[in-house]
Amino acid sequence: METFLTIELGTWMFLVIGAVFSGYAILDGFDLGAGTIHLFLKKEESRRIALNAIGPVWDGNEVWLVIGGGTLFAGFPKVYATLLSSFYIPFILFLVLLILRAIAIEFRSKEPMLWWRKLWDIVYSFSSTMIGFTLGVVLGNVVLGIAIDENMIYKGGLLDIFNPYALLTGLTVVALFALHGSVYLVMKTKDRLSDRLVNISKTAGMFFTICYVLLSIATLVYVPHAAEDFKETPILFGIPVVTLLLLLNERWLIEKKKYWLAFLSSATLTALLLVTIAIGLFPNILISNIDSAYSLTIDNSAASQKSLGIILTFVLIGAPLVLLYTLFLFRTFKGKVELDDMSY
Amino acid sequence: MDVEILSRLQFAFTIAFHYIYPPLSIGLGVALVVFEGMYLRTKDKHWEQLTRFWIRIFALIFGIGVATGIVMEFEFGTNWAAYSRYVGDIFGSALAAEGVFAFALESTFLGVLLFGWNKVSPRVHFFSTVMVTLGSMFSAIWIVVANSWQQTPAGFKVVGEGMTARAEITDFWAMVFNPSSVDRIMHVWIGAFLAGTFLVLSVHAYYILKDRFVEQSKKAFGVILVIATISALAQLVSGHGSANGVAVNQPAKLASFEGHYDSLAVADMYLFGWVDDATQKVTGVKVPKGLTFLIHQDFTTPVIGLNAFDKNDRPGLVNFVFQTYHLMIAIGMFLIGLTLLSLFLWWRGKLFNQRWLMILFSFSVLLPQIGNQVGWYSAEVGRQPWVVYGLLRTSDALSENVRAEQVLFSLILFTLLYAILFALFIYLLNKKIQHGLDFSGTETSKHEKNIKL
Ligand code: HEM
Repeated sequence: METFLTIELGTWMFLVIGAVFSGYAILDGFDLGAGTIHLFLKKEESRRIALNAIGPVWDGNEVWLVIGGGTLFAGFPKVYATLLSSFYIPFILFLVLLILRAIAIEFRSKEPMLWWRKLWDIVYSFSSTMIGFTLGVVLGNVVLGIAIDENMIYKGGLLDIFNPYALLTGLTVVALFALHGSVYLVMKTKDRLSDRLVNISKTAGMFFTICYVLLSIATLVYVPHAAEDFKETPILFGIPVVTLLLLLNERWLIEKKKYWLAFLSSATLTALLLVTIAIGLFPNILISNIDSAYSLTIDNSAASQKSLGIILTFVLIGAPLVLLYTLFLFRTFKGKVELDDMSY
Repeated sequence: MDVEILSRLQFAFTIAFHYIYPPLSIGLGVALVVFEGMYLRTKDKHWEQLTRFWIRIFALIFGIGVATGIVMEFEFGTNWAAYSRYVGDIFGSALAAEGVFAFALESTFLGVLLFGWNKVSPRVHFFSTVMVTLGSMFSAIWIVVANSWQQTPAGFKVVGEGMTARAEITDFWAMVFNPSSVDRIMHVWIGAFLAGTFLVLSVHAYYILKDRFVEQSKKAFGVILVIATISALAQLVSGHGSANGVAVNQPAKLASFEGHYDSLAVADMYLFGWVDDATQKVTGVKVPKGLTFLIHQDFTTPVIGLNAFDKNDRPGLVNFVFQTYHLMIAIGMFLIGLTLLSLFLWWRGKLFNQRWLMILFSFSVLLPQIGNQVGWYSAEVGRQPWVVYGLLRTSDALSENVRAEQVLFSLILFTLLYAILFALFIYLLNKKIQHGLDFSGTETSKHEKNIKL
């Protein structure tokens, strides 16, 4: 096994993929969340401002998904193959929703009729919400483990995927994104619209807190390997505590009108959720609940050492570039949204 | 229908639909660079209007391209799990490179290109336009590299056996520069230039016919016609290069292109024709010994025919490959004739008075589109029954657990979704074209009046 800075390449790959998906969740998370709360904004102008707040960035944010998928495919082809084929229907629905959402964003403001805009607003909000939900359902199943046999082939049925634990994870993700998205919008708007969004963010925050507490309990009860991790390393109990503290802090920051810091808090929350899951999985990636010997691990599913080396080199060169582009983009469009003739 | 057919149909359908858009984006990107560059140099209002008009169209097309592109990346895993395991080690690095270098570049600067006109300086904006165009061309490189590797694998070794066999990379650069990569990247790029430039030509020909924005349209038509002509000629050269490569690397595909069965015979080249696979006869108009000449530069050397291959190792749909291939070439030839004639008339100052020619140009946008589609059909169907040439059969590449009903369900879903998407696309494209270059009362501000805020 080759190493880089004393860590094995496979482990680096695991970390990189974790980082990319966290980046994706943080970035697309806020624009999906903005979609979830879209219908709570009643006035046409508010809706347009909200849409234009994500206008220049949502597409770039989605790139992180493409990169995430690409790196997973590259780094752990077997995981990619098993994960996507096991969740065939959820991933197809996910794709359909992504496209519907893009259509809704692109087309809603292109016609003046009220019914037209209402229709696309509903599609936009519904698809944004369901995208987060589907991702959450998949995530929940990954935490639980799925029925994979000795040939890495999924043996479960469609209904197994929609188990209560996974559904709860789905809801939690939706709530988290709604919180994150509403804080982003608070940051990008002013006056009464901003006040309205502050209220929405409070509701979303409460909703998330409830889901999170329930999910934590459910995890201890239903996910034996996670419960074990917690028993062995009690310091892990710190994670939910930190999460709840961050939530409180975010609420306080919003009251103090420190919106940018509040946004950072919910970004941290999002990352923390994924980090928790990654720690729980490591060194497994896809756990088999038929027999743990069938689980896909970093070692048994990684690409060849040579390939890992190449990909990680790309990442090393590329990551700073991607960060640079992203910063450039956010700088260019910083400040409150103003509608102009290039707006949606 | 079985899972294999359904999965192939679904992949073919989703990628064919997707492929309407990226070539247009690349080609329009080039046109935008030209328009905006002219604007920066001359400060002429007309170029600004052209730039801003085409940015709007570009936005629409690019958006659909991105949205429909993610689908294929996921389909590798959902429908073609065995394939993903087999090629992951190789494909992975190409896809990762695309994501990191190309896609991130284009999508980021796209924000500036679309929304930054009033926010950044003209130079920064121009820079963004160039970056988006380069980014989309880089994307094309990596994705065509990945596809070319499947056509002509190189730089790898096969590890494991049976179910667990997979290709592992041994030499990255040999993988990237596999025998068909360079030829095909050129061919795909030029095809994209043709798609984009002909969209521009057709819209401006339409305006000239309708007597709208005539001055701007004439300016745009002139420069873009030059690019289109060069591209049309270059496509013939590049296609010829590709064909020579296919002759060496994929003889069964080449034989299908021309419906050539007998390996001991010199091979003819058809202008058009019909292949009867049962009797192994082609009826049509041919250049006798033409294929032999193109490949070997003489009139006597035989060309390997389809019968040299076992029935299970060669494409089944020979006539389909033949027809699509010949349609592509016919379109290529027609475009060369059309652009050369127009260039000549332009030089003589008579181009824009030829109504018939302007009408022809209004519809000509379809030709490179069809060319790009059928070009891919012939290249991909001609590769069958292999998904990785000579190594992995398409029938062995499927997801083991996915059943026919599931694929049927997703295929229906995609069909409905894309039907809506396409209808909306045409509707909005037409609307933007009808709206035209006039920005005094902009689209959005007009909307504003119709809506009670
Ligand atoms: C003018 C004469 C042309 C010739 C001799 C030619 C030749 C070829 C050949 C041999 C291939 C197969 C390459 C392979 O399988 O590796 C091909 C594919 C293709 N052609 Fe053409 N072509 C011509 C014109 C065009 C035109 C006008 C377009 C579209 C505007 C076009 C678009 C394509 C595309 C998209 C492919 C699939 C990608 C690829 O395999 O490169 N071709 N062409």
